Amino acid sequence: MSVLQKILNQNPKTEDYLIETLLSLQEAKDEPYITEEEIADIAEHYGISPTRVSSVASFYTLLSLRPRGKHIVQVCRDVPCYLNGSENILEAIKKNLGCDKGETTDDGLFTLEETSCLGNCDGSPTMRIGEETYTNLDTKKVETILAKYREAK
Amino acid sequence: MTMEKRILTARFGKIDPLSIDDYIANGGYKALAAAVKMEAGSIIDEIETSKLRGRGGAAFPTFIKLKALVGEKEKTRYIVCNADEGEPGNFKDRHLMEQDPHQMLEGMIISAYVTQAQKGYIYIRGEYDKSMAIVKKALAQAREKGYLGKNILDTGFDFDIEVRSGAGAYVCGEEFALIESLEGKAGRSRPKPPFPTNAGVFLKPTMLNNVETFANIPHILEMGGAEYAKIGTESSKGTKLVSISGNAANRGVFEVPFGVSLKDAIEKLGGGVADGRQLKMVQLSGASGPILPADKIDIPIDFDHDIGAGAIILMDERTDIVDVLVRHAEFFEHESCGKCTPCREGNLHLVRILRKVQAGSATASELKAAENLADAMINTSLCGLGQSAPVPLATALASFGDQIRDSLAQTETKENA
Repeated sequence: MSVLQKILNQNPKTEDYLIETLLSLQEAKDEPYITEEEIADIAEHYGISPTRVSSVASFYTLLSLRPRGKHIVQVCRDVPCYLNGSENILEAIKKNLGCDKGETTDDGLFTLEETSCLGNCDGSPTMRIGEETYTNLDTKKVETILAKYREAK
Repeated sequence: MTMEKRILTARFGKIDPLSIDDYIANGGYKALAAAVKMEAGSIIDEIETSKLRGRGGAAFPTFIKLKALVGEKEKTRYIVCNADEGEPGNFKDRHLMEQDPHQMLEGMIISAYVTQAQKGYIYIRGEYDKSMAIVKKALAQAREKGYLGKNILDTGFDFDIEVRSGAGAYVCGEEFALIESLEGKAGRSRPKPPFPTNAGVFLKPTMLNNVETFANIPHILEMGGAEYAKIGTESSKGTKLVSISGNAANRGVFEVPFGVSLKDAIEKLGGGVADGRQLKMVQLSGASGPILPADKIDIPIDFDHDIGAGAIILMDERTDIVDVLVRHAEFFEHESCGKCTPCREGNLHLVRILRKVQAGSATASELKAAENLADAMINTSLCGLGQSAPVPLATALASFGDQIRDSLAQTETKENA
């Protein structure tokens, strides 16, 4: 059974589970994005149009219809983090990864994104990689964290 | 002496959030046990007497929602907890879920018992990975102990709760956008009325509250509505969790009785501004809240003074007001769902004009246009997002108008005149 089929079977076959399905699918894949074939399969499963599925997938920031790297690095850009130097953090990450925001590293390991508030303003500046949120960042800490992901690949 | 009053945060740091036994040993689920022996009407009376108002920002009286649900003919009813905490500067719901998750569940179960709802949802923002894991574990424990599921506490009452993940959309903190998202759709609000209590999730009667609102309910039943109403001010009863952030020396979540001075909270709890710098301004409630200059913060923390969901963002003397406004405008432009024109187009133009102000190339008439636009957005947007997005600009113009106008181009260009 395919990964998608397993995920579809986890929940009742009602379309209110569409977002849960898309999130679970993305999480289960090495490359966290949704392909056109997957959209077609999901649409068929719920008996809805592919357009309806892609309209949802394109609406939410955590879902992607475009290829992305293995680890999504999300740097908070909102004011509480900005007041604590998030611009320097973003610059340090850009330099470290050698890519700009919205881009994926050449080795396909990281995609750099800016994100709206992560709700960790008591530890700003913050970033989230995959399902892990990192707080009280400084440029040194950023280097260490990214190195950890490189080693783990 | 401390200005804190710890009711909802009383167990923070004292219990293992992953242990339901800890929660029970510290008074947890006592209110539910008492509630199931009470008439639904008298529970609503207690909540009415307590004057509890919504803690997510809108401050709507909670008992009205309970009464509305009870009065509906339709018997399929839902209880929804809004844990889509995305307003920049707010993080108290995360602390509530991560440090004492059962409290909110208990409030939801009591609400369900009162309204005879069968199903509950907790909609947690997708970025709150840890909150989600903890709440899911808490739900499993509550089920195991008979506080949730079939025949709760041998009363014959059935109710269960499911966690649903958000997927990165600030607008889903708005009640109808959240409901649309729960239904598996893009989070775009609906016109009101009908209100969720009449036609909410799957168009069924739905009571939707913030995490902190639900977390208050067990305490109200335990101390009694009248006793609870002794805390706070005439308009705002009980305590409020505030999230202090930005350039504060001591950032964090603090619980204070309504009515304490904002200035005191900033100085005593937030420790003032970090590194001995001067306070320039404070933003209340979050990105969508008013920006106050440092000499206008001697006000009480309450619903009459825009405390909203409780964010207090300190900005020190280095902060440029225009930079802050640009960042907020970009946030709202990105987060607008695009359904209604004032918000979709309005935010686009606010960003465009504010970037010009930042670059020193905006004219006075352009700034005036932004001001008019802000007014139109506040009055005509479909939901709270568009209605509140221009608030930082509108309030900043009132207090920092000179600084903003200093950034304008010296001459009117023909193009913009």
